[in-house]
Amino acid sequence: MWELFFQPFYDYGFMRRALLGCIAVSIGATPVGVFLMLRRMSLTGDAMACAILPGAAIGYLISGLSLGAMTIGGLIAGMAVALLSGFVSRLTALREDASLAAFYLISLALGVLIVSTRGSNIDLMHVLFGTVLALDDAALILLCTIASVSTLTIAVVFRPLVLECADPNFLRSVSGLSAVTHFTFLALVVLNLVGGFHALGTLMAVGIMILPAAGARFWAVTIGGLILVSIVLAMLSSLIGLLLSFHLSLPSGPAIILVAGVGYALSLGFGSVDGIITNAARRASSKTT
Amino acid sequence: MPAVDFQNLTLGYDRLPAVSRLQTEIMEGSLTAIVGPNGAGKSTLLKGVVGSLTPLEGCILLDSFDRENMAYLPQQSDIDRSFPLSVVDLVAMGLWREIGPFGWLNRKRRSRVDAAIAAVGLIGFESRTIGSLSGGQMQRALFARLLLQDATLVLLDEPFVSVDARTTADLISVIQNWHNEGRTVLAVLHDNEIIKAHFPNTLLLARELVAHGPTSQVLTTENQFRARQMCEACAGPPHVCGRDAA
Repeated sequence: MWELFFQPFYDYGFMRRALLGCIAVSIGATPVGVFLMLRRMSLTGDAMACAILPGAAIGYLISGLSLGAMTIGGLIAGMAVALLSGFVSRLTALREDASLAAFYLISLALGVLIVSTRGSNIDLMHVLFGTVLALDDAALILLCTIASVSTLTIAVVFRPLVLECADPNFLRSVSGLSAVTHFTFLALVVLNLVGGFHALGTLMAVGIMILPAAGARFWAVTIGGLILVSIVLAMLSSLIGLLLSFHLSLPSGPAIILVAGVGYALSLGFGSVDGIITNAARRASSKTT
Repeated sequence: MPAVDFQNLTLGYDRLPAVSRLQTEIMEGSLTAIVGPNGAGKSTLLKGVVGSLTPLEGCILLDSFDRENMAYLPQQSDIDRSFPLSVVDLVAMGLWREIGPFGWLNRKRRSRVDAAIAAVGLIGFESRTIGSLSGGQMQRALFARLLLQDATLVLLDEPFVSVDARTTADLISVIQNWHNEGRTVLAVLHDNEIIKAHFPNTLLLARELVAHGPTSQVLTTENQFRARQMCEACAGPPHVCGRDAA
């Protein structure tokens, strides 16, 4: 037991750092993921993740594998795509998801092009899949800061955000906060994805955001419950994923996301709220009685 | 005194008018049904009054009103019923103007929320999620929210669609109360019987104004036939409709 679960963290600093980084990402990103899911915007997270790539790549071009440059680049690119697609959909008949798709595809192609012309394949892998086992102090501080800022912001905009998701017309009829809330939320998505990409990479960062949220839907019925369950699911996935990657020498980012995927599948089957197998079992037992 | 004054109002989406050159006024304290065929611009008109749609031409003058004093019930389909919200949460939103994003739902306010829930006959449903409510129960909850908004101008968009007869009767008495309290009520409706029985005024719309006045004079077979014809003439591209095309 001790060797399997605790020895790696006890012996190796990089494992402890990886765990802390993942916990920070879990706390920061999953509440955002819950709201993405509730707003039926799960795939928007995916699109935004790809949109961040060219910014990070340009940051990398300017100053190599520098935390600050890549973070700022990613933030700028993500915000630009979010704002541009928001404006395009408000000015034209094109719906926001379509314009977002257009911008993120352009952005992704640009990003891959920039990275591959100037960097090596290993750099590309770093940007796409992250380096959770090589988080330094600065990266950890960044991840924890982002988690704190994100949690605080969610707390501040919680009420308008819930309204904006459940009944946007009502929010618009009682206050002018609708647009502010929407863009604040998109900014949070970008912020958490940029944080997540240092740990898990641009592509995997969405996974820790969405999968636990999707799984939580099968355990909880209130927003608070959903957020709580998804954070727990995300942390468990991080822990088990890291241990798997340590013991079986798997790449850690995909291992964590796959564990989260297993968590989702188990929730889908056995979740107390509408789990498929749970429902079937309930039907069977109600027939026999 | 007019509560809402439509001045040569044209409203629409993507520069294509859905309501065109509307010129009429809604008197303060009146109880008005808005009727018209499908696509006549009824919901669009309410969105214009709420301010979520800016006029393409003309304007809407809200005398002594601003958005603060307005309550708007959109069509039920606009609300995400799968969102994990309890009945209390939903109804308490009616206090938004008082509590805003940060205000506290103290005991006094909570008892007002409970009173509103009781007034629409939803006692015992407080902690149910909105997804588990029937269409009628959901509409009762939304009316409770309207009650809390305590607005002088109430806008209802098809409040009785997918609502059972008993709920409809209960909600009509809520509307009657608003009317007796001197609030101005504008409701998009379909059911002629309900309108004739409970709504003194009617505004018949078919992209343009067909008629507006006492229900018995507006809701005639002839007027409604004319409205249908006008809307069918508009079935093509909306921008060729209206007086120019006729």
